[in-house]
Amino acid sequence: MQQHRRYDLRNHHYEGEEGALIPLLQRAQQEDGYLRRERLVEIHRRTGIPLAHIYGVATFYAQFRLKPVGKHLLRVCHGTACHVSGAVELSQAIEKHLGAPTGETTADGQYSIETVSCLGCCSLAPVMMIDQATYGNLSPTNAVKVLKKRQKGERP
Amino acid sequence: MTRLTVGLGTCGIAAGAEETFRSLEAKAAGRPGLQVVRTGCIGMCYQEPLVEVRTRDGARHLYGRVTPDRLDRVLDEHVGQGRPVAEWLVWTDRGGGSDQAFLARQHRIVLRNCGTIDPESIDEYLAAGGYEALERVLAGIEPDALIATITESGLRGRGGAGFSTGVKWRYARQAPGERKFIVCNADEGDPGAFMDRSVLESDPHSVLEGMILAGYAVGADHGYIYVRAEYPKAIERLTIAIRQAEERGLLGGSILGSRHSFHVTLKEGAGAFVCGEETALIASIEGRRGMPRVRPPFPAVKGLWGAPTSINNVETLANIPWIVLNGARAFAALGTEKSKGTKVFAMAGRIRHGGLVEVPMGITIREIVHDICGGIRDGRKFKAVQMGGPSGGCISSELEATLIDYESITRTGAIMGSGGLVVMDDTTCMVDVARFFLEFTQRESCGKCTFCRLGTKRMLEILTRITEGDGKESDIPLLEELAERVRQSSLCGLGQTAPNPVLTTLKYFRSEYEAHIVNRKCPAHHCQKLLTYTITDDCSGCMLCLKACPAHAISGERKKVHVIDQALCTVCGECYKVCNLGAVHRE
Repeated sequence: MQQHRRYDLRNHHYEGEEGALIPLLQRAQQEDGYLRRERLVEIHRRTGIPLAHIYGVATFYAQFRLKPVGKHLLRVCHGTACHVSGAVELSQAIEKHLGAPTGETTADGQYSIETVSCLGCCSLAPVMMIDQATYGNLSPTNAVKVLKKRQKGERP
Repeated sequence: MTRLTVGLGTCGIAAGAEETFRSLEAKAAGRPGLQVVRTGCIGMCYQEPLVEVRTRDGARHLYGRVTPDRLDRVLDEHVGQGRPVAEWLVWTDRGGGSDQAFLARQHRIVLRNCGTIDPESIDEYLAAGGYEALERVLAGIEPDALIATITESGLRGRGGAGFSTGVKWRYARQAPGERKFIVCNADEGDPGAFMDRSVLESDPHSVLEGMILAGYAVGADHGYIYVRAEYPKAIERLTIAIRQAEERGLLGGSILGSRHSFHVTLKEGAGAFVCGEETALIASIEGRRGMPRVRPPFPAVKGLWGAPTSINNVETLANIPWIVLNGARAFAALGTEKSKGTKVFAMAGRIRHGGLVEVPMGITIREIVHDICGGIRDGRKFKAVQMGGPSGGCISSELEATLIDYESITRTGAIMGSGGLVVMDDTTCMVDVARFFLEFTQRESCGKCTFCRLGTKRMLEILTRITEGDGKESDIPLLEELAERVRQSSLCGLGQTAPNPVLTTLKYFRSEYEAHIVNRKCPAHHCQKLLTYTITDDCSGCMLCLKACPAHAISGERKKVHVIDQALCTVCGECYKVCNLGAVHRE
């Protein structure tokens, strides 16, 4: 966590240094998969930003998680176009196949299911994203097919 | 040299364009005189993956749905023998192809380079006239003259509110302050809008150039791009573009040897819709919770770190270089009296041809839905179009003659917003759409204003009970009252406009609300709890539905009409889906 030193409030020429908090949290989450309490305390010590303020920011934004996630993150888009094209049924089929509700992680720790407001692929609705890969024009059946292939270790 | 370009925006990649690209690269390696190039989004998302063939004579042919197995024929017949594969052609520059109508009526200013240049190459942007506007301005146009040009062009903010860009710059220029900032708002949060993502992925330099010019006009030497973390490809390409521009001396200290300096920092959003609001966005860049504050003072006077700040949307900025090069008059010649220029619309929903459409302001809803986008999918009936995301509203198909400009759309009760158009057909329940948006705004409300925080929640509860068949007759007036209170008592745009989806659906589709409440029926057959399934005499007794029913609610013998026990039925609809004879009736 040496890199936090660069964000020393006092040594910066502009009061804007506080703006580093969100990037710091993003980096911490990228490394650990979620925001560990120890990391938050460490950021507090290094930057001098009050812990309550850090916690306030961490809980405000949808991106930050305070709980560990599965190996893969599956996000079902629930934007307007996806909603009118059957995103609800898609989520139901995925939940049923993986055996975990949205917001939770499968028992084997492989997948965490989340919904997202819009992935910006509206003309391919309904859409889901697994880690960095986006899948479009889905039906409940072929979404499950994609998952089955991935679970077998094949490229969908 | 024959040039083959593959559309590699997020939409294209999701449709498998990366495999097409890899496969094409491998196949082209053995053939001399072939150049394989990646490009951004061409805008015909429904035909992805798209491959364009530009032959030596400059002729352009665009192929749709090019999966790797189609490449051999394109390479052999078209590139090899000069005979285009007619059945896969969607567009040609000579007026051919199956989907000519989609591109023919477009007038591309913002999307001028999208889908033609390699977004990761600054040389291609330069070859397409990139950074010429910057050069010209730095060579001898005063900031005030630049602001006058932009004001004269009539360009209005493309992010939603539609405020004059030139006037905004002038305020920021005139505001006293030692340091000033430009912020590019790329926090495209409206579900249903994806033009900003597309521009950032396909032509990031045009946005950077717009920002540098904005900085020059306002007197700012530092800019921030606040981009959604959900757009990894846009972030990747912006990062490349910033590095390239710095290497060429187009970003940084004394640009092109002038006295103007400009630095750009990329800030990833962390997932909060409210951060699209100016003051919330500033709070977020400063590292705080994204909560709006009272205006005035406006950000142009007191913005980021307390300094004068001009916040402009991606699409707005991408227009700037074009206006500088072509003049304010050329821009103002397009559009309507008060809405000048073109606008990019993101077309999605139950439409045949979804994608990005850039047309002059003042086109009608009918033209864009039917003529350009091919009408409704599966031969269904056009019911409504949703504009402006959660702040906008649903415009009934009866108003399809409405012109699309800021004023006309506002009169319908919706707003222009960022230009997302989600088209709905007769299978869409309008009460459910209103509920969907309230669920969104309720979740995204930052919680600062009581009416927004609690009012949206109460409205959501009412809408939910209506869609579940528990609505009361008093619910409609109650919704209207709450809508008015939330609108009046919220600080920022999120709360002030949150009731719009409810008010517009009540205005145009009141009978649907009444059907839910009084008759306990959903006319669009969407709300599950209001449906009843019965089996008609057309049943052949094949036992398919009986086996599919998870609740064991269907009984009957082979070759005899089956019966659904309504007491056991969970209304899951499985029987309806599996029946091959259409003998399961739904109402």
